[in-house]
Amino acid sequence: MASALINVPKKAKFGDVIEIKTLISHIMETGFRHSTTGVPIPRDIITSFVCTYNNEEIFRAVLYPAIAANPFFIFTTIATESGTIEFTWQGDNGFLATASATITVE
Amino acid sequence: MIVNSKRTQWLAPVAVMLGFAAIEVISAHAEIPLGERRSGYADLAPDTKAMQDDDTANPGMLWVQDGEALWNAKSGAANRACADCHNDARTTMTGVAARYPAFNSKLGRPIDLEQRINLCRVERQQASAFAYESKELLSLSAFIGKQSRGEPIAPPTDERLRPFLEAGLEQFNRRQGQLNLSCGQCHDDNWGKRLAGSLIPQAHPNGYPLYRLEWQAVGSLQRRLRNCIVGMRAEPYDYGAPEYVSLEIYLMWRARGLPIETPAVRP
Repeated sequence: MASALINVPKKAKFGDVIEIKTLISHIMETGFRHSTTGVPIPRDIITSFVCTYNNEEIFRAVLYPAIAANPFFIFTTIATESGTIEFTWQGDNGFLATASATITVE
Repeated sequence: MIVNSKRTQWLAPVAVMLGFAAIEVISAHAEIPLGERRSGYADLAPDTKAMQDDDTANPGMLWVQDGEALWNAKSGAANRACADCHNDARTTMTGVAARYPAFNSKLGRPIDLEQRINLCRVERQQASAFAYESKELLSLSAFIGKQSRGEPIAPPTDERLRPFLEAGLEQFNRRQGQLNLSCGQCHDDNWGKRLAGSLIPQAHPNGYPLYRLEWQAVGSLQRRLRNCIVGMRAEPYDYGAPEYVSLEIYLMWRARGLPIETPAVRP
């Protein structure tokens, strides 16, 4: 049940700076911990996050074990044209999650 | 128990005003005056407040989102979803979390919201009960709890709950564990001060299940109670034990009137 919460303004004026917020559900297990019986718990983290605006990459992040569970990103971009903003999270054990939002630029 | 005479003086007229059955029990103890009661939210850092206030920044909303999916998913031998009986939770579940734990006539004892969900699972959906602290149970209780956001805590005035409320009060003030502490010694007598670097809150249950930054996850009130019991170096009860339910009943009564904040965010 990987779920994400996305906050992108539905409408913006051309040239406006818009704020984008994303929150994804993930345990971000560091790989440095051991279970109560001493068995190492394997690393399970999100390793990359990419955001594209009409297929053009506008934001990318590389994640490491020190990032807390349920990573939250806020970043900004300039509203240039109407279209789709897509988000992709990739990680260990073949983790892949995607989400998208549409924006109308006037 | 230490009885502070100055604090008990005001309680007599209040007791008459409230007229609630258990008040004479409460009046023997130095409780926080109603006017001074405040949610743990009031003591949060501005960053944590902002996190709780924005539904797209509050990680507890991830559980709420999963809970909504579970609410609408058919399950069990009966192939029935919560929504098939209860319809849209946005209208039918408003205020429900604010009045639990409640007395269950069939079982002859009070049950909390998690136990109510599992009763529905077993009896109505004919499915297996969710484990305590499982993602499913936390998600559903967070989703149901969220429908009461802003509603004041309104414990049922059910005479059958009285012995359990009294048991909860007794537990709250009983010294226990190797540190020989009671809940009340911190949360009634010393709230607002600091224990090591951390602020001692009044310990109100109005945000549960909540996202705790320390846990990096949503957890139930019972998980929090276990933490406190371990902190006193006492042996915690098993999940679902009746002792937690009576303590929950007392905590809800003690926090009556405070708004529900589920899913809250706490440090």
